[in-house]
Amino acid sequence: MSDNEEAAETELLPLDGWHRARGARMVPFAGYAMPIQYEGIMAEHLWVREHAGLFDVSHMGQLIVEGEGAAEALERILPGDVSALKPGRIRYSLLLAEDGGILDDLMVTNVTAAGGPPRYYLVVNGATKWDDIAFLREHLPDEITLTHLDDRGLLALQGPEAAAVLESIAPGAADGLYFMQGTSAEWRGEALGIGRGGYTGEDGFELSFPAERLAELADALIADDRVRPIGLGARDSLRLEAGLPLYGHDMDETLDPVEAGAAFAISKRRREQGGFHGAERMLRHLAEGPAKKLVGFAVEGRVPVREGATILAGDAPVGRVTSGGFAPSVGAPIAMGYVETQYSAPGTPLEAEVRGRRVPLTVETLPFIPHRYHRKGAQ
Amino acid sequence: MTRYFTQEHEWIEVDGDTATVGITDYAQEQLGDIVFVEVPGAGTAVTKGGEAAVVESVKAASDVYSPVSGTVTEGNPALEDDPALVNTDPQGEGWFFKLQIADASELEGLMDEVAYKAFCDSL
Repeated sequence: MSDNEEAAETELLPLDGWHRARGARMVPFAGYAMPIQYEGIMAEHLWVREHAGLFDVSHMGQLIVEGEGAAEALERILPGDVSALKPGRIRYSLLLAEDGGILDDLMVTNVTAAGGPPRYYLVVNGATKWDDIAFLREHLPDEITLTHLDDRGLLALQGPEAAAVLESIAPGAADGLYFMQGTSAEWRGEALGIGRGGYTGEDGFELSFPAERLAELADALIADDRVRPIGLGARDSLRLEAGLPLYGHDMDETLDPVEAGAAFAISKRRREQGGFHGAERMLRHLAEGPAKKLVGFAVEGRVPVREGATILAGDAPVGRVTSGGFAPSVGAPIAMGYVETQYSAPGTPLEAEVRGRRVPLTVETLPFIPHRYHRKGAQ
Repeated sequence: MTRYFTQEHEWIEVDGDTATVGITDYAQEQLGDIVFVEVPGAGTAVTKGGEAAVVESVKAASDVYSPVSGTVTEGNPALEDDPALVNTDPQGEGWFFKLQIADASELEGLMDEVAYKAFCDSL
């Protein structure tokens, strides 16, 4: 059997011992030793869609950008409408290089205190956080302060029972909070940041808490029978089913938001006014259509189609797979990748090359599993 | 019948000049949930240490090597509909393929059950 282990210099998460004590298999990821699974990827994945799963995402970067003009400064490097983002609201956005290439995807929350200076809380990917911090320091004017909250950890609680679980350990904390809204509460004397959202397609919360006491929060959550610890393996299969891109795989610096299916992150006002990195390129893509697009694929049969596989129309290579694997809730393999735009319509039949053989694919609209976010007006 | 083991966590059960090959319990545990298995068809020539089959877990594909050289007589048909058999019964019903052994001397150097257990303990 072939072996895929790598030895690397890895840092430890605040909950490193906690994971190992629960039987986690640890792997190097984003510069940290991280749990890839506990009881098994499939079981963990299915548990999240039925109950609630607890993910340690403390490897991610938590940043504060603060000062007069912070929204305007961020708008030069993010294509979203930061100025119109109200306090307590969260927006998905993308950090853009000067040519419009995607440096990272992130969540921005307006955490301006009443009467205080403009203040934004950013959560960025773990693998890119140091580059992001350097980029932000370079592109934000001196009057805007950038603080890296490296003394805080981040947990994600996801699943249909997440809200009930949070209510039982922090009563009232998430009252009235809908999808893409955030708030702060006090828990055991510390500030608990709560953002309603996540990376699974299910209802859930991202919880920011002091790293030193993170184990207490994790213990309180895991004590609930409805909650199980979930590793990176299931995190990946869950987000793939939810049609959510993974930076470094479905998005990288050679791609812009229009190609990557994130045109929605370029708000209407910004399309009209431009004024952000790569605006010209993006507005051209929006007007004429990009040459290639990120789409989803249903896979016929049982052979998993994985990242790197060539996509063919007849004998012509027309794209490549950027994410793929077996989807436990779908019960079949699924994939995402880039194809020339003329082949991107849902229902288009294509093929992937896997170990010298052709596997039939059909372009599929995302997500593969419907999202069940807690939106206003939703059941 | 005697069972031998490789350092790549394959087992081979020898019966005269034919044998059955699979992966060990240690291997299936390392792989996690198995979602797909590609076994060689009858007539395929395999070489000692060469790729003979592929086993896919949720996260990744892994190669399975043949412990000895020979000709495949049968790939396990049950694994097509139920790849999870490799997880539930890796050393029984979850066998991968049967073969005609070309050179029995290639069995020398393979581990017996005791040696394999010691090998796993050292990992």
